[in-house]
Amino acid sequence: MMKISEIEALLGARRLFDTAALEKEVEYALASDLMSDVLAFALAASLLITGLTNIQIIRTATMLDMTGIIFVRNKRPLEEAVALARKLDIPVLLCKKSMFETCGLLYQAGLKSCTILDEESD
Amino acid sequence: MSEPLVLELQVKPLDFLAAGETATHFKETLKSLGLPPDICRKAAIVVYEAEMNIVIHGGGGVMCLQVEEDKVTIIAKDKGPGIEDLELAMKEGYSSAPDFIRELGFGAGMGLPNIKKNSDELYIDTAPGKGTKLRAVIYLDKRR
Ligand SMILES: Nc1ncnc2c1ncn2[C@@H]1O[C@H](COP(=O)(O)OP(=O)(O)OP(=O)(O)O)[C@@H](O)[C@H]1O
Ligand SMILES: [Mg+2]
Repeated sequence: MMKISEIEALLGARRLFDTAALEKEVEYALASDLMSDVLAFALAASLLITGLTNIQIIRTATMLDMTGIIFVRNKRPLEEAVALARKLDIPVLLCKKSMFETCGLLYQAGLKSCTILDEESD
Repeated sequence: MSEPLVLELQVKPLDFLAAGETATHFKETLKSLGLPPDICRKAAIVVYEAEMNIVIHGGGGVMCLQVEEDKVTIIAKDKGPGIEDLELAMKEGYSSAPDFIRELGFGAGMGLPNIKKNSDELYIDTAPGKGTKLRAVIYLDKRR
């Protein structure tokens, strides 16, 4: 379990705006640029890691009750996405690291993956 | 809640700024009625996927939310091209979405299977050239 604000410090990321929701904790994360897959696999109260910047990223994360969003590869969400994130009060971090490095650091820090497929099934 | 609550909203075609507004609005409504979070979340996923399909494939349409004592019903109607092979469309990975949709992060062919996964009953009435009507039901008491 990590607070979004602790993740901000660990990654050397920057919050897009201040909100009390930065003190919420997450245990699970999902990294994807495919919102179709996020909608199918994300757990509630998990963290979304993505490099896409359109407004539908905010829609997807809030629809799924996700706790926060990290934009990687130094991508900045589009203006309308920023406005919606503020309105719906979902914390957003901006991170210069690659998706791979971001995931590696968070995995190392103990965050878990949202299960995609049962290990047994094939 | 004896009278069922009914909400109806128009959805515009290919408007990717507005897409998802209906789902956000319906979800807020369900939350304000005090429905359990897992029900609100499932309904939100169903509405959002169905709304995106109307935006992307259906040429615009209407979304309807009905809340009764024991269930939430979501109806998505459009007069678009319809679905030629519904069995194929229900398969994970089948999508006819063009590349610009993929660039937005959609069009992986996950929507209809995800709607099925998150609803207790799903009916799809569709015919080529006539449009598509989707009705999904989520029961509040899953033991039914
Ligand atoms: N309302 C609709 N009108 C016409 N065709 C539709 C409609 N909804 C779905 N389809 C057809 O069914 C296919 C599968 O839909 P589905 O929602 O599963 O995937 P998708 O929308 O292509 O991608 P994703 O949902 O992952 O973004 C679509 O690609 C499209 O061909
Ligand atoms: Mg879809």
